[in-house]
Amino acid sequence: MGKRAAFDEIRGHDAGETARPEFNALGDWIRETPASELNRRQQAAEAAFRQLGITFAVYGEEEAAERIIPFDIVPRIFTAREWAGLSAGLVQRVEALNAFLDDVYGARRIIADGVVPPELILGNPQFRPMLAGARPAHGIFAHICGIDLVRTGPDAFYVLEDNARTPSGVSYMLENREAMLRLCPELFEMFPVAAVDNYPDALHDTLRSVAPNGRSSNPVCVLLTPGHFNSAFYEHSFLADSMGIELVEAADLVVDDDIVWMKTIEGLVRVDVIYRRIDDDYIDPLVFLAESVLGVPGLIAAYMAGNVTLVNAPGTGIADDKAIYSYMPEIVKYYTGREARLPNVETWRCREPDCLKYVLENLPDLVVKLVDGSGGYGMLVGPTATRAEIENFRAALVAEPHRYIAQPTLALSTVPTLTDMGIAPRHVDFRPFVLSGADGVTIVPGGLTRVALREGSLVVNSSQGGGTKDSLILLDNPAEAH
Amino acid sequence: MTRRSESSSVSPDMRLFVHHRTVYRFSEPQDRVIQMLRLTPGSHVGQNVIDWRIDVDCNARLRPGRDGYGNETAMLYVDGPLSSVSLAVTGEVLTEDRAGMVAGAAEPLPPELFARSTPLTAPDEALRALATEVAGDGGPPLDQVHQLMATIHRRMRFLPQKRSEVRPAGASFADGQGGATDFAQVMVCAARLLGLPARYVSGHILRPGHQHEWHEAAHAWAEVHVPDYGWIGFDATANRCPDDHYVRVAIGLDYRDAAPVSGTRTGGGSEVLDVGVRVGMDQSQA
Amino acid sequence: MLSRTAASLYWLGRYVERAEFTARLIEATIRLDALSPRPAGKGAWESALAVAAADEGFVDTGETRTPQNVARYLTLAADNPSSIRSCLDRARSNARAVRTALSREAWEAINRAWLGLRDRSSTGGTQATLALVDAVKAETRGFEGAQHRMLRNEPSWFIGLGAAIERADNTARLIDVKYHLLLPEGETVGGVIDRDQWTTILHTVSAVTAYRWLYRDGLRPVQVAELLIHRRELPRSLAASTDEVVGHLNLLGKRTGLQGEADRLARHRQSALGRTTIGAIITGGLHEYLSAFIKENARLDQAIGKQFRFA
Repeated sequence: MGKRAAFDEIRGHDAGETARPEFNALGDWIRETPASELNRRQQAAEAAFRQLGITFAVYGEEEAAERIIPFDIVPRIFTAREWAGLSAGLVQRVEALNAFLDDVYGARRIIADGVVPPELILGNPQFRPMLAGARPAHGIFAHICGIDLVRTGPDAFYVLEDNARTPSGVSYMLENREAMLRLCPELFEMFPVAAVDNYPDALHDTLRSVAPNGRSSNPVCVLLTPGHFNSAFYEHSFLADSMGIELVEAADLVVDDDIVWMKTIEGLVRVDVIYRRIDDDYIDPLVFLAESVLGVPGLIAAYMAGNVTLVNAPGTGIADDKAIYSYMPEIVKYYTGREARLPNVETWRCREPDCLKYVLENLPDLVVKLVDGSGGYGMLVGPTATRAEIENFRAALVAEPHRYIAQPTLALSTVPTLTDMGIAPRHVDFRPFVLSGADGVTIVPGGLTRVALREGSLVVNSSQGGGTKDSLILLDNPAEAH
Repeated sequence: MTRRSESSSVSPDMRLFVHHRTVYRFSEPQDRVIQMLRLTPGSHVGQNVIDWRIDVDCNARLRPGRDGYGNETAMLYVDGPLSSVSLAVTGEVLTEDRAGMVAGAAEPLPPELFARSTPLTAPDEALRALATEVAGDGGPPLDQVHQLMATIHRRMRFLPQKRSEVRPAGASFADGQGGATDFAQVMVCAARLLGLPARYVSGHILRPGHQHEWHEAAHAWAEVHVPDYGWIGFDATANRCPDDHYVRVAIGLDYRDAAPVSGTRTGGGSEVLDVGVRVGMDQSQA
Repeated sequence: MLSRTAASLYWLGRYVERAEFTARLIEATIRLDALSPRPAGKGAWESALAVAAADEGFVDTGETRTPQNVARYLTLAADNPSSIRSCLDRARSNARAVRTALSREAWEAINRAWLGLRDRSSTGGTQATLALVDAVKAETRGFEGAQHRMLRNEPSWFIGLGAAIERADNTARLIDVKYHLLLPEGETVGGVIDRDQWTTILHTVSAVTAYRWLYRDGLRPVQVAELLIHRRELPRSLAASTDEVVGHLNLLGKRTGLQGEADRLARHRQSALGRTTIGAIITGGLHEYLSAFIKENARLDQAIGKQFRFA
């Protein structure tokens, strides 16, 4: 792989001047709209984002500068058929993730049946033993999953990563669409596009549906944020606002008698569901990191007692761990009885000597990742790495092979993107957001497309020079369009 | 909070009385105190809890629960203003000598879990060397663990005082001295390096001849999962396996998960912790 | 509403008001400085520092008291907690924490004000300083407008409450620092400098025109004091600010059922202001009156925090 030209989602494998037939109109739009006009619109969108404060802080920079994530004006499009295939695969995968979590914190049948090696679960820091035995309402642990997908051909989609902790980015799906509707209304006349603006309602319904037993009549839901210095704070406030629920910080909550209350001007109000955007480690200083000031003491006791639902449940990190990821095809089959509709990217587990040997011999062609890393940190992209970087990783791999997995360098699909040199193909990935509530799985037709803005780059993370695009899902039935 | 053991074919040969008091004094009045207590032992083979109670000296709410390890927990909620909180635990337990063998305890988690290390039980070079040295002689795993316990007992000096801060195993071992917590975490870490699951136990010990004295800390030791035997206790401070002088209270991967009290408070200033433990026995039963 | 949200809205109101007041103070001081022969101009800046309660902080910087240095300290100094930059920093920080309680327009106004100052490191010359404070005034007016267009409910009332408490404090400080001008002892008043000083006071609370409308007989110190203390027609007077505090507390009380110490203190002040005359205040000592007023304002501030459980 890697050597062949990447598949372009609009122009096909030849990446010529003509678009794939179903996207002719978009090809014309790209060709006929002057670059200067596209630039103007893109700048207008970015100015609006800045004014709204859709910013993020870049970790590890001297001043945690507030930046906006670059926005690209050229959208990405999926046909109704493509989306139907994807969403069926996503439903299956997320159902399996939740069944897996329910099992590993309960009976652990999957270990007894020898599907996943026990040490991979039990020895994993993401498996939280103190939470074993707790079963949240309806047995749902990962209410909100962000599944990262990549594509290499017309029908070749792969799951790159599951995000079952506190996936972020959905505000970009919504704000990017708002910007596109305002700046490029003609596109929505050309194509029947599925609406995404019901996501906050769908999320609110999901939260309400998983209220603890006996609290379901009119549950109080809140969104718990680490605070406004957090890089995703805009999203937290945006979602709380769109759902009409309180945006709380740890200091606004107090646990008494294993019940969670929020402090309001009129006194204490009982809280039933907490959509928390704080990592497990920081959520309760009595149980996890004692020095955390972001957490609520007693929250885990309230959770264990079944008096509050945490969304997502604590301990879900075991499901999106990269070492567990490599077993997802087996896990999906084990719980759903069917082969996974969405395949994994081929993955070598460096903990296995044969795999390690292969990986060490082929480092320049592979992507190597820390099993517990995220955000593009702790990652080697062989083909673009320097010799020194490769040698550093080789040493790290030999020292602690169990901490790494490796994957082939995929020829990620590209989408036409506005660059300094005009329209040019850039690599993309896709993160749809999957909601699991008492009434089943809901997927709003859309997601976050991340684009690697540097030519040839495969790293789409916003912290590493990535941008975003709107993702249009076409409808079979135009009556449901915007 | 008491449960009957399943097997009681052997008559208990020791009746232990435990008094465990914990006093927090605050330099400034606190608005609120929340604590997670792991102060209540469970019953299992060789340990039968007859009576156990926790008394708090102020208007407090206690909510019993159970954590994923199977430990009996209690959440303590106290409203301020508070200048001190005092917890008094009193209990009566029938014990028998089972040479450290643990059976019939709530074991919701499989032994493999306890093979993983934690920040407080992370190995370092010296601990690795210790494990290599012990394993070098080969021999059955049970002998290796006994030898490990003896070696730690020889190399570290026991200081019964309570330290203000719990150190990682590596730091305790490098220091060459410490309290029961230090010994237990070193033992846990080194046993894992021998390839055996190991866990931290907090509990109480009767020290014959000292049963009317107040000790400054609760006791702690390690349990190691030995092939063909199962979980066995090892107390490196005394170089022996727990017998009928011991009361097992809580287990965990390390001190943090099994600590008698984890707490937070709302209010400024500093706190002073004062712990007193007295374990006595009923002579007529001995 | 979360108590923390109430606190943030209240402080948002206070900081925006403080930023605007400081901007007006600088503008009026520049004017006074320009009109005054040296070294009176230096006195103008010294009294500006006193009004902003920033004189000690300025001394700590070790800088000399040039107009440029003082102007920079009052506008851009990050180490001056009452500089315009610090006020807008904290206003934005509070606004950010409660974005969901603000209208988009209100947030954008405060964010724009903050962005406008973010990359400024020097005030430049007098013209540049004037342009800067003008911009700040425009943005804070924009915020006030946005606040008035927000839903008429708790968020807008807490912002208004904070702004009214802050305004009362600022006006009282302004009069207190300049009270020797208003109560000249034995000196002949009415000289050129004094006229300019009085006008400066009026400029700071944007009351030059108001004064002319209300008092047809020219600038008289006692009338300036009366205008700033008693005249409800003037939005920045102590009486008008107090009315506003009472009004916001009433609205909040009706909506939340929470009434208490803050209402009692505010109503007590309102009726006390109605009973006294400027003559009685001057007889009893203007400085003493204002010191008591400022202390009472701080008590009211605390009572508000307690009543809405955010203290």
